[in-house]
Amino acid sequence: MNPETEFPLRRVIDEEGQLVGDRSDVSDDQLKQFYTWLVTLRTLDQKAWNMQRQGRIGTYAPWSGQEAAQIGVAAALRSDDWICPSYRDWPALIYAGVPMYYVLLHSMGHPAAGYMPEDMSVLPVQIVVGGQILHATGLAWASKLQGQDRIAVALFGDGASSQGDFHEALNLASVMKVPAIFVVQNNQWAISVPVYRQMNTPTIAQRALAYNIEGIRVDGNDVIAVYQTFRDLQKRVREGSGPALVETVTYRLGAHTTADDPTRYRTPEDDARQSHGDPITRLRHYLETEHIMENSDFERIDHEAQVTVDDAVKKAEAYPLEPAATTIFDHVYGTLTPPLKRQRDQFSQRLIEGGDSSRG
Amino acid sequence: MAKMTMIQALNQAMGLAMAENPKVMVLGEDVGRDGGVFRATEGLYERFGAERVVDTPLAESSIIGSAVGLAIGGMRPIAEIQFLGFIYETMDQIETQASRMRFRSQSRYHVPLVIRSPYGGGVRTPEIHSDSLEALFVHTPGIKVVTPSTPYDAKGLLLAAIQDPDPVLFMEPIPLYRAMREEVPDNWYEIPLGKAQIRNPGEDITIIAWGPMVPVAEACAKQATREQISAEVIDLRTLSPLDEETVITSVEKTGRAVIVHEAVGTGGLGGEVTAIIQEHAFLSLQAPILRVTGYDTPYPVSSVEDLWRPDVARVLEAVHRSIHY
Repeated sequence: MNPETEFPLRRVIDEEGQLVGDRSDVSDDQLKQFYTWLVTLRTLDQKAWNMQRQGRIGTYAPWSGQEAAQIGVAAALRSDDWICPSYRDWPALIYAGVPMYYVLLHSMGHPAAGYMPEDMSVLPVQIVVGGQILHATGLAWASKLQGQDRIAVALFGDGASSQGDFHEALNLASVMKVPAIFVVQNNQWAISVPVYRQMNTPTIAQRALAYNIEGIRVDGNDVIAVYQTFRDLQKRVREGSGPALVETVTYRLGAHTTADDPTRYRTPEDDARQSHGDPITRLRHYLETEHIMENSDFERIDHEAQVTVDDAVKKAEAYPLEPAATTIFDHVYGTLTPPLKRQRDQFSQRLIEGGDSSRG
Repeated sequence: MAKMTMIQALNQAMGLAMAENPKVMVLGEDVGRDGGVFRATEGLYERFGAERVVDTPLAESSIIGSAVGLAIGGMRPIAEIQFLGFIYETMDQIETQASRMRFRSQSRYHVPLVIRSPYGGGVRTPEIHSDSLEALFVHTPGIKVVTPSTPYDAKGLLLAAIQDPDPVLFMEPIPLYRAMREEVPDNWYEIPLGKAQIRNPGEDITIIAWGPMVPVAEACAKQATREQISAEVIDLRTLSPLDEETVITSVEKTGRAVIVHEAVGTGGLGGEVTAIIQEHAFLSLQAPILRVTGYDTPYPVSSVEDLWRPDVARVLEAVHRSIHY
């Protein structure tokens, strides 16, 4: 078996923006919307990176290059579908409806960033690599047991696919035949380790064979292909076809996080070999070639993205810290235990008295 | 009301909970057709079906990790880890996921999950089947830790754990599964989590124990009466959150304390109980607080285990040392 032909890379537009597939069922308006989101999320990512450098937010995991791989997924989901994201998956969450300032609050270390909006079914972003994959299995299982038609989607990376929980999650999901979609964004790097040192298989999608589930490999930098794939797949999964594994092949253009220096382990030759074009320039070329949008549209979108992002920054920076500090005690258990109540009182008293001067 | 063993009481509790609430389900290795390796879930598969009494693949992390999802998704899972020593396979899902989801999400989500797991030695098991690991979980904010020592308590505590909105590790002492029978009401009753029980009132010394060490402490107290020593035995029942008040009140009265646990001594819960006593009842103390525990070795092979586990003689020796200090 040749995995690369068994799991062919689905694409609709190639790196140069040439149409190589069928996009007839995706409207021009939808493409414009995708493009707007791609640009807005890229603008936000660059802004957040700069804010970290200015000391306005803490550690931040940039997503540049992976916008299409995420919004193509989110665009295909229903608002009550479960999303189990990792720390790099804010674009999917924001597209699905999580306010943009949440990601900044998260990097500011504000606890409110964990309280996802009540009209959505989104778990807080996961820091433990691969920790959320099993949650998607369980959530999809709960949906099936309760006769709901919600599905659960786990987002994670190529590094996470090496974790034991990846195997356990897919195996159990297959055994129980639950409506879960496991989305592995193969961005080619797990901090410094390239994907070919992470596994000795040419694709990740081929692992679906081992679980007897559907496996798909799609060009993650082609927003149309990602969207079409998930739009069709979510319908099958929702109707009871069982879980699926989708590999979205993409590239982490930036560092792992703001604490990382990729020049230590990554050369321009690596980038040239493994990357396959920016998802934004690719779509722009296509939109230009097809005369769907023109220069003034692109300029307007760039400007509006800036305004949207500036607004999110304002909201995040104006977000009050109080009374968040004392509430750390309130979310350990449903009811304060006697020791926690005592500690909360002591903590509050210190705040009233002005805190511990030795800690500044 | 019928006389029951602990295993029967636990079985009855799960049956009641499943009959009462269709969201309650049981999942784990061999819990279905086999009824569990100790028969704790016997008959539940036949009563409630394969959808609610689920034989999972042999993978502990998937049991707990999927149960986190099930719980957030509206179910009330009771997950069985076949032996507590196997819980290491799913430590991440317990420590960083189940126990922290409420905190991480600011109570947007919570995880009403009961993890049942047998532990404790003396029954000649292979390696890793007997280890007492409560300290690992008492050290973890966000999960409660419960361990019964009688059939009556086992049922009432398990029903309370199932009703609890947060994850509960429910540690079941293997040596007590069938050690005794006692009257257990057939109806639903709960024993509140976080409340210790005085098993044997006394005046001269407090012996604090839990799980498999409670009968040892009780036997010691009985022997002590022959020497005119009146020992109060406290069964903590819930190890997290710990009933500090009952412990402090008792030691204020007796002035002496011996803590008994089967787990290894260093870093064990006995140290924490010691700290609580000295912090709150320091001026009442007539003697140093003593601990009788497993030795600081891995739990030994079965031919040695009886020498390793704290027994009545060792506890009595500590009582003497305290009384004659």
